[in-house]
Amino acid sequence: MSAGKDFQHPLKRARGLGSAQSGVSHWWTQRVTAAALVFLSIWFVVIVLSLLHADYASARAVVAKPWNALLLVAFVLTVCWHAVLGLQIVIEDYVHTRWKEVALLVLVKFIAVLGTLATLMAVLRVALGA
Amino acid sequence: MADTQRPLSPHLGIYKWQVQMATSILHRGTGIALAVGTLLVLWGVFSLAQGEDSYNQFRICIGSPVGLVLMFGWTWALFYHLCNGIRHLVQDSGAGYAIPQFVRTSWLSIIVSILLTVIVWAYVLTSGGAA
Repeated sequence: MSAGKDFQHPLKRARGLGSAQSGVSHWWTQRVTAAALVFLSIWFVVIVLSLLHADYASARAVVAKPWNALLLVAFVLTVCWHAVLGLQIVIEDYVHTRWKEVALLVLVKFIAVLGTLATLMAVLRVALGA
Repeated sequence: MADTQRPLSPHLGIYKWQVQMATSILHRGTGIALAVGTLLVLWGVFSLAQGEDSYNQFRICIGSPVGLVLMFGWTWALFYHLCNGIRHLVQDSGAGYAIPQFVRTSWLSIIVSILLTVIVWAYVLTSGGAA
């Protein structure tokens, strides 16, 4: 820091470098998705158990029910979101080569987004009978 | 990694095994396993949209010995991550940090997750087995 020429207040400088006021959002979103998944994953286990002996037509009929289709999409979306947040922490903790870390973080996000969109399409195909 | 000769924390060698370590490590481990297992959920949904043949193929795969072992593992991983996740949510509110409670709820997560896994698989087996 060169003294004399810099009229910027130290606080102004700190604001640019420090908290972007979003530090807690990762933590909070992880908790909110976790709370949602408490209910969604119990629902998912019950649905899977109900499909144990179902043939193709009846399995399709179960997933095609509006509530089930909605909750299935909600479940996969929330799982992927929660998994991205969780895997991000694991990768940041253990992968110490910067380019590998960034590549893995982006790869996980790509897979999660593609997986979510593909599930949405598949459930729509089942629900709308296409 | 910093190139330094000073002692680094944590001193892993001096820790004696504690259940809180196990629950913490297992929470990460099961989290990673469940993220991978989600791909199986996606496969199941795709196969259902794809048609009867691919759905039957999916059922044969998860009903195979390897498939059943994986399903069993994922059942426990899900219940463990669920139970311990609820424990973490409670702790996030500031409760349960006294050491005896912390240890007790660690064991509770492990025991309840095993119980739920046994209940689910008892249901699977008594209702005529998987697949």
